[in-house]
Amino acid sequence: MEKYLRLSADVGGTFTDVVLEDGNQRWVGKVLTTPEAPEQGVMAGIDQVLAASGRNIGMIGVFIHGTTLATNAVIERRGARTALIATDGFRDILEIGTENRYDQYELALERPRPLIPRSLRHTVRERMDAQGRAILPLIGEDVRNLARILKRQAVESVAVAFLHSYANPAHEEQTARILAEEIPGLSISLSSRICPEIREYERTSTTAANAYVQPLISGYLGRLGQFLGEAGFTGNLFLITSGGALLTVEAARSLPVRLIESGPAGGAVFAARLAAELNEPRILAFDMGGTTAKITLIENFRADRTRLFEVDRAARFLKGSGLPLRIPVVEMVEIGAGGGSIAGVDALRRVTVGPVSASSVPGPACYGRGGRHATVTDADLALGLLDPGHFAGGTIGLDLSAAIAAIETDVAAPLGLDPQIAAYAIHEIVCDNMATAAHAHVVERGRRLDRHAIVAFGGAAPLHVARLAEKLGVARVIVPPLAGVGSAVGMLRAPVSFELVKSLPARLSRFNPDRISELLEQMSREVRGHIGDVVAPPSLREKRLAFMRYVGQGHEITVEIPVRRLQATDAELFRTLYEEDYRALFGQVVPDADIEVVGWSVHLGTDPDLPAPAAAAAAPVAREAPIDRTIRMFDGARGRWIELPAYRREQLRPGDRLSSPSLVLENETTTFVSTRFRAHIDIIGSIVMERDSGEAGDD
Amino acid sequence: MTEQHDQTGLIDRQIMWNRLISVVEEQAMTLQRTAFSSIVRESGDLSAGVFDLAGRMLAQAVTGTPGHVNSMALAVGHMLARHPAQTLAPGDVLITNDPWLGTGHTYDFTVVTPFFYRGRLSAFFACTSHIMDIGGVYQFTDSADVFMEGLYIPILKLVEAGRVNRTLMAMIRANTRNPVDTEGDTYSLIACNEVGCRRLERMMDEFGLEDLESLSSHILETSRNAVLTEIRRLPKGTWNHVLTLDGYEAPIHLQASLTVSDRGIHVDFTGSSATVRRNINVPLCYTLAYTCFGLACIVSRNIPNNAGSLAPFTISAPEGSIVNAQKPAPVACRHIVGLMLPDLVFGCLRQTIPERVPAESAGVLWGLNVRGYRSPRQIPGDEFTAGVVTTGGMGALPSRDGLSATGFPSGVRGGSIEIFETQSPVIVWRKEFRRDSGGAGRTRGGLGQTIELENGIDQPFLFNASVERVRFPAKGFAGGRDGAAGRLTLRSGEKLAGKGLHVIPAGDRLLIRSPGGGGLGEPKERNRDAVREDLREGLISPDAAKDIYGLMD
Repeated sequence: MEKYLRLSADVGGTFTDVVLEDGNQRWVGKVLTTPEAPEQGVMAGIDQVLAASGRNIGMIGVFIHGTTLATNAVIERRGARTALIATDGFRDILEIGTENRYDQYELALERPRPLIPRSLRHTVRERMDAQGRAILPLIGEDVRNLARILKRQAVESVAVAFLHSYANPAHEEQTARILAEEIPGLSISLSSRICPEIREYERTSTTAANAYVQPLISGYLGRLGQFLGEAGFTGNLFLITSGGALLTVEAARSLPVRLIESGPAGGAVFAARLAAELNEPRILAFDMGGTTAKITLIENFRADRTRLFEVDRAARFLKGSGLPLRIPVVEMVEIGAGGGSIAGVDALRRVTVGPVSASSVPGPACYGRGGRHATVTDADLALGLLDPGHFAGGTIGLDLSAAIAAIETDVAAPLGLDPQIAAYAIHEIVCDNMATAAHAHVVERGRRLDRHAIVAFGGAAPLHVARLAEKLGVARVIVPPLAGVGSAVGMLRAPVSFELVKSLPARLSRFNPDRISELLEQMSREVRGHIGDVVAPPSLREKRLAFMRYVGQGHEITVEIPVRRLQATDAELFRTLYEEDYRALFGQVVPDADIEVVGWSVHLGTDPDLPAPAAAAAAPVAREAPIDRTIRMFDGARGRWIELPAYRREQLRPGDRLSSPSLVLENETTTFVSTRFRAHIDIIGSIVMERDSGEAGDD
Repeated sequence: MTEQHDQTGLIDRQIMWNRLISVVEEQAMTLQRTAFSSIVRESGDLSAGVFDLAGRMLAQAVTGTPGHVNSMALAVGHMLARHPAQTLAPGDVLITNDPWLGTGHTYDFTVVTPFFYRGRLSAFFACTSHIMDIGGVYQFTDSADVFMEGLYIPILKLVEAGRVNRTLMAMIRANTRNPVDTEGDTYSLIACNEVGCRRLERMMDEFGLEDLESLSSHILETSRNAVLTEIRRLPKGTWNHVLTLDGYEAPIHLQASLTVSDRGIHVDFTGSSATVRRNINVPLCYTLAYTCFGLACIVSRNIPNNAGSLAPFTISAPEGSIVNAQKPAPVACRHIVGLMLPDLVFGCLRQTIPERVPAESAGVLWGLNVRGYRSPRQIPGDEFTAGVVTTGGMGALPSRDGLSATGFPSGVRGGSIEIFETQSPVIVWRKEFRRDSGGAGRTRGGLGQTIELENGIDQPFLFNASVERVRFPAKGFAGGRDGAAGRLTLRSGEKLAGKGLHVIPAGDRLLIRSPGGGGLGEPKERNRDAVREDLREGLISPDAAKDIYGLMD
């Protein structure tokens, strides 16, 4: 059978979104996530889109999968029982961390609990020096003794992170061999494989996270593969990484840490493509689902990427308060604000929302699946912003009275408010939390938001984006087609790629082109191994990077170097490339200082194919959009019920003008147009909301 | 309409204020990224800020060093006194390392760049970073006056109309043991201010600002009022406290008399020990910095640092006392006394608002500063020097345990041992929590660390000790026990002094135990589950669980 269909599935904390693509046609499924066995939700979603399309699973050539399983396991501390084996004398690397305080004036600051408690952190006598010479041998018997302790402690997964293992992995590899003999089936993560870079804290932390999620991810991928196989799937399965690239299943099983924060990466690809299509050079991507909201800056059609990232920040907006992971990742801010975020009242009698989410189980009170707490979705329903019969593609009937009862108990009664007013407060607070986070993120990058357009996607974003934009002073909002499943749509277009970084110091004054060439060739082979043979070689492009600095500096800048065997004369080329970049960044170069390369990166992948701007063809004929029906909504700012028109999105066409305020209903999401905006449908079918540019935000 | 307009104006000013803070954060990040000095690049011992035309600090990057807070804030004023605004032209850059005009010792280079917007002087950028070597006596803890503390640079033009002052740069190069690094760091300071200027220019373009005057008064007034509001909520009165430090030959007493009034908080240091022969004397600018920091932690922690928020905090100290040392007193290690000032301030505040004040912390950083020769020939040029920051424990808070292995009051980052070992042959064999070092209490003090060093080559190496809390540990309060005192010993048995240059013989090991923080409240009142967890995790010994905490099972 010819396999020409593409499929994607994005498993979020609350919903699993599935998109099937056949050329220009797409079918969309949205089902509840099944947290105990996420593969069941995925299979249900696949059945849904296959049934709707009349296609069969054997016709699927590529299946791209994104999951928050790894992230949630870390945040909720539900990973495997994991032990660390470190060099003797370094039991506490994970907890000593950087020894500083991320908030200088806060005496009572919180740190995230390490993934591996001290009682499961072990050490073994061995030592490499900085040049990778063994100055204390590893004794096999010590590892065997340790294996007995690990068995007694019922450890499922082990992170091995020895000092200077990036320079010589021999002791880590020896340890792995012995452990595999002693404890068959034990999951083992070596720091020299996961993150072969200098700096023991970041390397150990990344390796610990890998070990912590590996059994879970491996088991999940195994089960999913089995289900897919039984159903008749014969195509290629890829996983999307935190950097917005695709990994083979095998690579994902050995490096599951790269899946942490992968869910939002599909959204970044989606928003970047949309930006190109609409020719919008400055975009703030706003992705709000059931559990969290993600905000990403996309400029010139690409999201910023970074190589160091923190998961599980103890203080929401503060750098240094999370667990560091050295992996390629799309730069974004994520906060606990989603449809399922639970509302309450704090000691100062203020309404609070999140960061805890009711997720899919038990879910918001209005789902009628056992949830008792008032959530953002309950508030939206009570305000009249959601259509009880058509929520999430009609898969869930919403119970209005359950929503009102929960709001009454959790928020309205403690404060002596009407339930509608309490619902309005919940809606306001969650929008304000997101506005604060977005603002901090953008300002941290020295940007000013009023030049940006917000692109809203994810099930809950279109409903909250108008208020968010008002608070941020953003004058233009775009809700693209298929916004409710934007991340899954983005995954269909993510490039296949893999990136490997290794530390190998090399001074330009003592440039050894042969040794470096060998390292790069070896890395190139390793990267090709991770990508496997699923991508035709002609469409792959290799990129090589050198992390360079002046000798004596501690931070590097990244310079792209040629993909070929190096010669002695390339030292001069490296210097020129480096100093060009240095001058552009910092103004002055440092005369007479030697330059060193501290690390190397090989990146292999397909190019992201950005669409051409949509033809500004014949301006569509303008008309007033056809109203489907009238809906009652509580206008909190004025404290009364009002009537507003509701449209069905599938009945709208380019050029249609919408009233303000109004609601646009579709199967996967609902868009709210506030009175501050004028809205129309653009050439590709997006809902575009615009304000007069002179008007500023009101909060 | 007017009201809405006012609200809009207020929002704009808030956005611009936030932006100004992000400008200086980026300035600081540039300094850290381009620095050669290991304590700057690895640990963040630097600061950066923007100032108005009157020399008042408008925003400062939050970096690792409270010691630069108020000292750098005053530096621009000193610069302007020597080089009035009208004598400055685009492309000029000023420099000094005068301990009394900068940040307290010659190791700190402070660089100030006037910012011209459309040809008009509109602001100043200042930055400070800690240089690894600026010459002076080989053993930096041995200086007997400031002239033994290396090259002393008065306020001079480092760059004039875009041309680097070659004479000055040559002088700097000629007066340090690390000419390439020191010159590199000087360039790094220039670059960091330049990045600040570029960002500010873009910001003024974007917001259509002609100058910073109205933004400046908004920032300073709002901040000052916010701090005063917090101060007015405190009980009024005067409280006294005395803190005793190890010192060198004899213990040092720091005495404070803290007065809270509606006008602010004043701390007077009358009664403190006199200036000493050794170089732990503190210039007043540095005393002010750490005093303000201690006060801000308790009183006004959410208000950004600037001339307005710092104004309500004032100090006085007798000239010639250890906290108001006069030139030419030696001051190279002024941080040893300076870093203890927050605990002194806390001692006063604990008497009036105990529910907000922690027990004493380890205080001074426990730096692993080593040097030596790579070969037995011991020829100059064959030397290595390396340093990495480590810490002890923080004092217990009324509501929770103190943090283990966490610097306070300095917030500089601990460095990477792997990086340290790429810079020197010295091997770190151990660096982990020190059991039973956190002061017992209802809430426990944070733990210190156990660290072992040995030369990896068959040579002795030198260890430069300049630590505190060896004789006088971090105190516990309200029944809480003191944290464990710090210790330095050789594996072969010899006990080493907390201050001085120690020779660590080839094959022997230096054992370092950094101090723990003090506890608060009776240990027997500590939550039993918390005691059991400490025991299970090996943070306390079975004996301590039984004898001190009274754990029965």
